[in-house]
Amino acid sequence: MSNPASEPHLYSGASHGQHDHAPGDEPAESAGHWVRNANLGLGFSIVLTVAAFLLAGSHLVYPPAIPVALIVLAIAQMGVHLVFFLHITTGPDNTNNVLALAFGIMVVFLIVIGSIWIMDNLNRNMMPMEQPMEMQP
Amino acid sequence: MSDVGLPASVEALRRVREDPHRLGHRAHGPTEPIEGAGHGATGPAHKRIVVGYGFWIYLLSDIVLFSCFFAAFAVQRGATAGGPTLAQIVDIRRVGFETAALLLSSYTCMLSFAATNARNRLWTEIFLLVTGLLGLVFVLLELQEFIELAGQGITPQRSGMLTSFFGLVGLHGLHVTAGGLWLATMMAQVLVKGFRPEIVHRLICFNLFWHALDIVWIGIFTIVYLMGINA
Repeated sequence: MSNPASEPHLYSGASHGQHDHAPGDEPAESAGHWVRNANLGLGFSIVLTVAAFLLAGSHLVYPPAIPVALIVLAIAQMGVHLVFFLHITTGPDNTNNVLALAFGIMVVFLIVIGSIWIMDNLNRNMMPMEQPMEMQP
Repeated sequence: MSDVGLPASVEALRRVREDPHRLGHRAHGPTEPIEGAGHGATGPAHKRIVVGYGFWIYLLSDIVLFSCFFAAFAVQRGATAGGPTLAQIVDIRRVGFETAALLLSSYTCMLSFAATNARNRLWTEIFLLVTGLLGLVFVLLELQEFIELAGQGITPQRSGMLTSFFGLVGLHGLHVTAGGLWLATMMAQVLVKGFRPEIVHRLICFNLFWHALDIVWIGIFTIVYLMGINA
Protein backbone atom coordinates (compact mmCIF):
# COMPACT_ATOMS: atom_id res chain seq x y z
CA MET A 1 0.00 0.00 0.00
CA SER A 2 2.98 2.28 0.38
CA ASN A 3 6.71 2.25 -0.01
CA PRO A 4 9.53 3.99 1.82
CA ALA A 5 9.91 6.58 -0.92
CA SER A 6 6.39 7.92 -0.59
CA GLU A 7 6.28 8.07 3.20
CA PRO A 8 9.71 9.14 4.36
CA HIS A 9 8.49 10.21 7.80
CA LEU A 10 7.84 6.58 8.65
CA TYR A 11 11.48 5.75 8.10
CA SER A 12 13.15 8.77 9.60
CA GLY A 13 15.87 6.64 11.15
CA ALA A 14 16.52 4.69 8.00
CA SER A 15 18.91 5.45 5.22
CA HIS A 16 18.01 8.30 2.94
CA GLY A 17 19.30 6.68 -0.19
CA GLN A 18 16.49 4.74 -1.82
CA HIS A 19 18.26 1.84 -3.44
CA ASP A 20 16.94 -1.54 -4.33
CA HIS A 21 17.54 -4.14 -1.66
CA ALA A 22 17.16 -7.87 -1.74
CA PRO A 23 16.00 -9.68 1.39
CA GLY A 24 18.96 -10.67 3.51
CA ASP A 25 21.16 -7.85 2.27
CA GLU A 26 23.79 -6.84 4.77
CA PRO A 27 24.77 -3.26 4.19
CA ALA A 28 28.20 -1.92 5.03
CA GLU A 29 28.29 -0.28 8.42
CA SER A 30 30.61 2.33 9.77
CA ALA A 31 33.48 0.80 11.71
CA GLY A 32 33.25 3.27 14.60
CA HIS A 33 30.90 1.22 16.74
CA TRP A 34 33.08 -1.89 16.48
CA VAL A 35 36.31 -0.03 17.14
CA ARG A 36 34.88 1.62 20.23
CA ASN A 37 33.71 -1.77 21.47
CA ALA A 38 37.17 -3.21 20.85
CA ASN A 39 38.85 -0.34 22.71
CA LEU A 40 36.54 -0.71 25.70
CA GLY A 41 37.04 -4.46 25.75
CA LEU A 42 40.80 -4.16 25.55
CA GLY A 43 40.86 -1.51 28.31
CA PHE A 44 38.76 -3.54 30.73
CA SER A 45 40.70 -6.72 29.93
CA ILE A 46 44.08 -5.06 30.55
CA VAL A 47 42.92 -3.71 33.91
CA LEU A 48 41.56 -7.11 35.00
CA THR A 49 44.58 -9.06 33.72
CA VAL A 50 47.13 -6.77 35.34
CA ALA A 51 45.14 -6.89 38.58
CA ALA A 52 45.19 -10.71 38.47
CA PHE A 53 48.96 -10.92 37.84
CA LEU A 54 49.74 -8.33 40.55
CA LEU A 55 47.48 -10.05 43.02
CA ALA A 56 49.00 -13.49 42.41
CA GLY A 57 52.55 -12.31 43.07
CA SER A 58 51.94 -10.11 46.09
CA HIS A 59 50.57 -10.13 49.59
CA LEU A 60 48.15 -7.28 49.08
CA VAL A 61 45.26 -9.34 50.38
CA TYR A 62 44.87 -12.09 52.94
CA PRO A 63 46.75 -14.96 51.23
CA PRO A 64 44.08 -17.71 51.55
CA ALA A 65 41.65 -15.36 49.78
CA ILE A 66 43.85 -14.96 46.69
CA PRO A 67 42.44 -17.95 44.73
CA VAL A 68 38.88 -16.70 45.20
CA ALA A 69 39.91 -13.20 44.15
CA LEU A 70 41.64 -14.59 41.05
CA ILE A 71 38.54 -16.57 40.07
CA VAL A 72 36.36 -13.48 40.51
CA LEU A 73 38.71 -11.47 38.28
CA ALA A 74 38.71 -14.26 35.66
CA ILE A 75 34.90 -14.48 35.58
CA ALA A 76 34.70 -10.68 35.27
CA GLN A 77 37.10 -10.76 32.35
CA MET A 78 35.18 -13.56 30.66
CA GLY A 79 32.08 -11.38 30.97
CA VAL A 80 33.96 -8.46 29.40
CA HIS A 81 34.99 -10.68 26.49
CA LEU A 82 31.47 -12.01 26.00
CA VAL A 83 29.99 -8.53 25.88
CA PHE A 84 32.62 -6.54 24.00
CA PHE A 85 34.27 -9.16 21.79
CA LEU A 86 31.64 -11.85 21.25
CA HIS A 87 28.71 -9.37 21.21
CA ILE A 88 26.37 -11.32 23.40
CA THR A 89 23.56 -8.83 23.90
CA THR A 90 19.98 -8.71 25.10
CA GLY A 91 18.86 -7.88 21.56
CA PRO A 92 16.07 -9.81 19.87
CA ASP A 93 18.45 -11.50 17.42
CA ASN A 94 20.51 -12.81 20.34
CA THR A 95 17.88 -14.63 22.40
CA ASN A 96 18.90 -18.05 21.14
CA ASN A 97 22.60 -17.36 21.70
CA VAL A 98 21.97 -16.31 25.32
CA LEU A 99 19.87 -19.40 26.00
CA ALA A 100 22.54 -21.66 24.52
CA LEU A 101 25.18 -19.87 26.58
CA ALA A 102 23.16 -20.39 29.76
CA PHE A 103 22.88 -24.11 28.99
CA GLY A 104 26.61 -24.32 28.21
CA ILE A 105 27.51 -22.63 31.49
CA MET A 106 25.28 -25.06 33.35
CA VAL A 107 26.99 -28.06 31.74
CA VAL A 108 30.44 -26.62 32.48
CA PHE A 109 29.56 -26.09 36.14
CA LEU A 110 28.11 -29.58 36.43
CA ILE A 111 31.26 -31.13 34.97
CA VAL A 112 33.80 -29.07 36.91
CA ILE A 113 32.09 -28.82 40.32
CA GLY A 114 30.81 -32.40 40.08
CA SER A 115 34.25 -33.81 39.27
CA ILE A 116 35.97 -31.91 42.05
CA TRP A 117 33.28 -32.89 44.55
CA ILE A 118 33.18 -36.59 43.66
CA MET A 119 36.95 -37.03 43.37
CA ASP A 120 37.60 -35.18 46.63
CA ASN A 121 35.07 -37.40 48.34
CA LEU A 122 36.71 -40.53 46.92
CA ASN A 123 40.11 -39.24 47.91
CA ARG A 124 39.04 -38.79 51.53
CA ASN A 125 37.21 -42.08 51.89
CA MET A 126 39.45 -44.42 49.93
CA MET A 127 41.58 -46.81 51.96
CA PRO A 128 45.28 -46.03 51.80
CA MET A 129 47.01 -48.43 49.43
CA GLU A 130 49.64 -49.52 51.96
CA GLN A 131 47.48 -50.75 54.81
CA PRO A 132 44.53 -52.68 53.42
CA MET A 133 45.72 -55.89 54.99
CA GLU A 134 46.12 -54.45 58.50
CA MET A 135 42.56 -53.18 58.43
CA GLN A 136 41.22 -56.72 58.17
CA PRO A 137 39.99 -58.11 61.51
CA MET B 1 3.01 -0.71 5.28
CA SER B 2 0.53 -2.99 6.97
CA ASP B 3 1.54 -6.17 5.20
CA VAL B 4 4.81 -5.17 3.60
CA GLY B 5 8.03 -5.71 5.55
CA LEU B 6 10.81 -3.19 5.44
CA PRO B 7 13.73 -4.01 3.19
CA ALA B 8 16.20 -5.81 5.36
CA SER B 9 19.02 -3.35 4.96
CA VAL B 10 16.84 -0.33 5.70
CA GLU B 11 15.79 -2.04 8.89
CA ALA B 12 19.42 -2.91 9.66
CA LEU B 13 20.53 0.66 9.20
CA ARG B 14 17.71 1.91 11.40
CA ARG B 15 18.73 -0.53 14.09
CA VAL B 16 22.33 0.65 13.92
CA ARG B 17 21.18 4.23 14.26
CA GLU B 18 18.69 3.68 17.07
CA ASP B 19 20.73 1.18 19.01
CA PRO B 20 24.40 1.88 18.40
CA HIS B 21 25.56 -0.29 21.30
CA ARG B 22 23.42 -3.30 20.28
CA LEU B 23 21.93 -3.40 23.72
CA GLY B 24 18.48 -4.25 22.47
CA HIS B 25 17.00 -1.15 24.14
CA ARG B 26 14.99 0.56 21.49
CA ALA B 27 12.82 3.22 23.04
CA HIS B 28 11.33 4.25 19.72
CA GLY B 29 11.40 0.88 18.08
CA PRO B 30 8.42 -0.74 16.43
CA THR B 31 6.19 -3.01 18.45
CA GLU B 32 5.95 -5.61 15.69
CA PRO B 33 8.55 -8.37 15.46
CA ILE B 34 11.83 -7.35 13.95
CA GLU B 35 12.59 -8.48 10.45
CA GLY B 36 15.32 -11.05 10.22
CA ALA B 37 15.58 -11.82 13.93
CA GLY B 38 13.93 -15.19 13.34
CA HIS B 39 11.00 -14.83 15.73
CA GLY B 40 8.55 -16.49 13.41
CA ALA B 41 6.14 -13.81 12.35
CA THR B 42 8.48 -12.13 9.90
CA GLY B 43 9.85 -15.22 8.25
CA PRO B 44 13.17 -16.99 8.74
CA ALA B 45 16.14 -15.35 10.39
CA HIS B 46 18.89 -13.81 8.32
CA LYS B 47 21.57 -16.20 7.19
CA ARG B 48 24.11 -14.18 9.17
CA ILE B 49 22.21 -14.81 12.40
CA VAL B 50 21.67 -18.50 11.66
CA VAL B 51 25.35 -19.03 10.81
CA GLY B 52 26.47 -17.21 13.95
CA TYR B 53 24.08 -19.25 16.07
CA GLY B 54 25.25 -22.55 14.62
CA PHE B 55 28.88 -21.68 15.20
CA TRP B 56 28.04 -20.50 18.71
CA ILE B 57 26.65 -23.97 19.45
CA TYR B 58 29.93 -25.49 18.24
CA LEU B 59 31.92 -23.09 20.43
CA LEU B 60 29.87 -24.03 23.48
CA SER B 61 30.52 -27.72 22.82
CA ASP B 62 34.22 -26.89 22.52
CA ILE B 63 34.07 -25.08 25.85
CA VAL B 64 32.41 -28.14 27.39
CA LEU B 65 35.36 -30.18 26.07
CA PHE B 66 37.77 -27.74 27.71
CA SER B 67 35.78 -27.92 30.94
CA CYS B 68 36.49 -31.67 31.06
CA PHE B 69 40.22 -30.94 30.83
CA PHE B 70 39.85 -28.23 33.48
CA ALA B 71 38.04 -30.70 35.73
CA ALA B 72 40.80 -33.28 35.21
CA PHE B 73 43.44 -30.70 36.07
CA ALA B 74 41.56 -29.50 39.15
CA VAL B 75 41.33 -33.07 40.41
CA GLN B 76 44.98 -33.92 39.65
CA ARG B 77 46.68 -30.69 40.65
CA GLY B 78 48.12 -32.16 43.81
CA ALA B 79 49.05 -35.54 42.29
CA THR B 80 52.73 -34.84 41.71
CA ALA B 81 53.93 -38.37 42.58
CA GLY B 82 57.11 -36.97 44.12
CA GLY B 83 57.88 -35.01 40.95
CA PRO B 84 58.03 -31.24 40.51
CA THR B 85 55.10 -29.16 41.70
CA LEU B 86 53.38 -26.58 39.56
CA ALA B 87 55.01 -23.73 41.46
CA GLN B 88 58.44 -25.09 40.49
CA ILE B 89 57.82 -25.30 36.74
CA VAL B 90 55.86 -22.09 36.06
CA ASP B 91 57.72 -19.15 34.53
CA ILE B 92 55.30 -16.35 35.29
CA ARG B 93 57.03 -13.82 33.03
CA ARG B 94 56.49 -16.02 29.99
CA VAL B 95 52.84 -16.50 30.97
CA GLY B 96 52.54 -12.72 31.11
CA PHE B 97 53.93 -12.38 27.58
CA GLU B 98 51.66 -15.15 26.31
CA THR B 99 48.63 -13.47 27.87
CA ALA B 100 49.57 -10.10 26.37
CA ALA B 101 50.06 -11.62 22.90
CA LEU B 102 46.72 -13.40 22.96
CA LEU B 103 44.80 -10.43 24.35
CA LEU B 104 46.29 -8.08 21.77
CA SER B 105 45.52 -10.58 19.01
CA SER B 106 41.90 -10.63 20.20
CA TYR B 107 41.90 -6.85 19.94
CA THR B 108 43.34 -6.77 16.41
CA CYS B 109 40.93 -9.55 15.41
CA MET B 110 38.10 -7.30 16.52
CA LEU B 111 39.59 -4.41 14.53
CA SER B 112 39.72 -6.63 11.45
CA PHE B 113 36.03 -7.35 12.01
CA ALA B 114 35.36 -3.60 12.15
CA ALA B 115 37.20 -3.26 8.82
CA THR B 116 35.15 -6.16 7.44
CA ASN B 117 31.94 -4.43 8.41
CA ALA B 118 33.13 -1.30 6.63
CA ARG B 119 34.03 -3.52 3.63
CA ASN B 120 37.62 -2.34 3.71
CA ARG B 121 39.75 -5.11 2.26
CA LEU B 122 43.19 -3.63 2.97
CA TRP B 123 42.65 -3.04 6.69
CA THR B 124 40.89 -6.37 7.09
CA GLU B 125 43.98 -8.09 5.70
CA ILE B 126 46.40 -5.98 7.75
CA PHE B 127 44.61 -6.63 11.04
CA LEU B 128 44.19 -10.33 10.25
CA LEU B 129 47.92 -10.53 9.57
CA VAL B 130 48.75 -8.84 12.89
CA THR B 131 46.33 -11.21 14.63
CA GLY B 132 48.07 -14.19 13.05
CA LEU B 133 51.55 -12.97 13.99
CA LEU B 134 50.51 -12.42 17.62
CA GLY B 135 48.98 -15.89 17.63
CA LEU B 136 52.25 -17.24 16.26
CA VAL B 137 54.17 -15.51 19.07
CA PHE B 138 51.83 -17.17 21.55
CA VAL B 139 52.30 -20.64 20.07
CA LEU B 140 56.09 -20.24 19.89
CA LEU B 141 56.26 -19.13 23.54
CA GLU B 142 54.22 -22.15 24.55
CA LEU B 143 56.41 -24.48 22.47
CA GLN B 144 59.49 -22.98 24.11
CA GLU B 145 57.96 -23.67 27.53
CA PHE B 146 57.16 -27.29 26.63
CA ILE B 147 60.63 -27.89 25.15
CA GLU B 148 62.36 -26.42 28.21
CA LEU B 149 60.27 -28.59 30.52
CA ALA B 150 60.91 -31.68 28.42
CA GLY B 151 64.64 -30.90 28.55
CA GLN B 152 64.50 -31.16 32.34
CA GLY B 153 62.75 -34.51 32.14
CA ILE B 154 59.38 -32.96 32.98
CA THR B 155 57.09 -34.77 30.58
CA PRO B 156 53.40 -35.75 30.65
CA GLN B 157 54.18 -39.27 31.86
CA ARG B 158 56.01 -38.04 34.97
CA SER B 159 52.90 -37.52 37.16
CA GLY B 160 49.15 -37.14 37.04
CA MET B 161 49.44 -33.40 37.55
CA LEU B 162 51.80 -33.08 34.57
CA THR B 163 49.53 -35.22 32.38
CA SER B 164 46.56 -32.95 32.98
CA PHE B 165 48.77 -29.83 32.73
CA PHE B 166 50.19 -30.73 29.33
CA GLY B 167 46.79 -31.99 28.19
CA LEU B 168 44.94 -28.79 29.04
CA VAL B 169 47.58 -26.27 27.93
CA GLY B 170 48.48 -28.34 24.88
CA LEU B 171 44.85 -28.66 23.79
CA HIS B 172 44.52 -24.89 23.90
CA GLY B 173 47.75 -24.52 21.96
CA LEU B 174 46.43 -26.92 19.32
CA HIS B 175 43.29 -24.81 19.02
CA VAL B 176 45.34 -21.66 18.53
CA THR B 177 47.42 -23.43 15.88
CA ALA B 178 44.31 -24.61 14.04
CA GLY B 179 42.89 -21.10 14.34
CA GLY B 180 46.07 -19.75 12.75
CA LEU B 181 45.64 -22.08 9.76
CA TRP B 182 42.02 -20.96 9.45
CA LEU B 183 43.16 -17.33 9.65
CA ALA B 184 45.62 -17.81 6.79
CA THR B 185 42.86 -19.44 4.73
CA MET B 186 40.53 -16.52 5.42
CA MET B 187 43.20 -14.01 4.39
CA ALA B 188 43.60 -15.81 1.07
CA GLN B 189 39.83 -16.03 0.56
CA VAL B 190 39.32 -12.33 1.28
CA LEU B 191 42.13 -11.55 -1.12
CA VAL B 192 40.77 -13.71 -3.94
CA LYS B 193 37.02 -13.65 -3.43
CA GLY B 194 36.42 -10.34 -1.66
CA PHE B 195 33.52 -9.72 0.71
CA ARG B 196 30.98 -12.12 -0.70
CA PRO B 197 28.29 -12.95 1.88
CA GLU B 198 29.63 -16.41 2.61
CA ILE B 199 33.13 -15.04 3.11
CA VAL B 200 31.80 -12.48 5.59
CA HIS B 201 29.96 -15.25 7.42
CA ARG B 202 33.19 -17.26 7.63
CA LEU B 203 34.97 -14.19 8.99
CA ILE B 204 32.25 -13.83 11.64
CA CYS B 205 32.77 -17.46 12.66
CA PHE B 206 36.53 -17.03 12.74
CA ASN B 207 36.19 -13.99 15.00
CA LEU B 208 33.93 -15.91 17.38
CA PHE B 209 36.46 -18.79 17.44
CA TRP B 210 39.43 -16.55 18.17
CA HIS B 211 37.68 -14.69 20.99
CA ALA B 212 36.49 -17.98 22.49
CA LEU B 213 40.12 -19.15 22.56
CA ASP B 214 41.02 -16.04 24.53
CA ILE B 215 38.22 -16.79 27.00
CA VAL B 216 39.63 -20.29 27.52
CA TRP B 217 43.10 -18.81 28.03
CA ILE B 218 41.71 -16.56 30.79
CA GLY B 219 40.67 -19.74 32.59
CA ILE B 220 44.06 -21.36 31.98
CA PHE B 221 46.28 -18.51 33.15
CA THR B 222 44.09 -17.99 36.21
CA ILE B 223 43.50 -21.57 37.34
CA VAL B 224 46.69 -23.28 36.12
CA TYR B 225 49.38 -20.63 36.33
CA LEU B 226 48.37 -17.91 38.80
CA MET B 227 46.73 -20.28 41.25
CA GLY B 228 49.57 -22.71 40.62
CA ILE B 229 52.29 -20.36 41.83
CA ASN B 230 50.18 -19.58 44.89
CA ALA B 231 49.49 -23.14 45.89
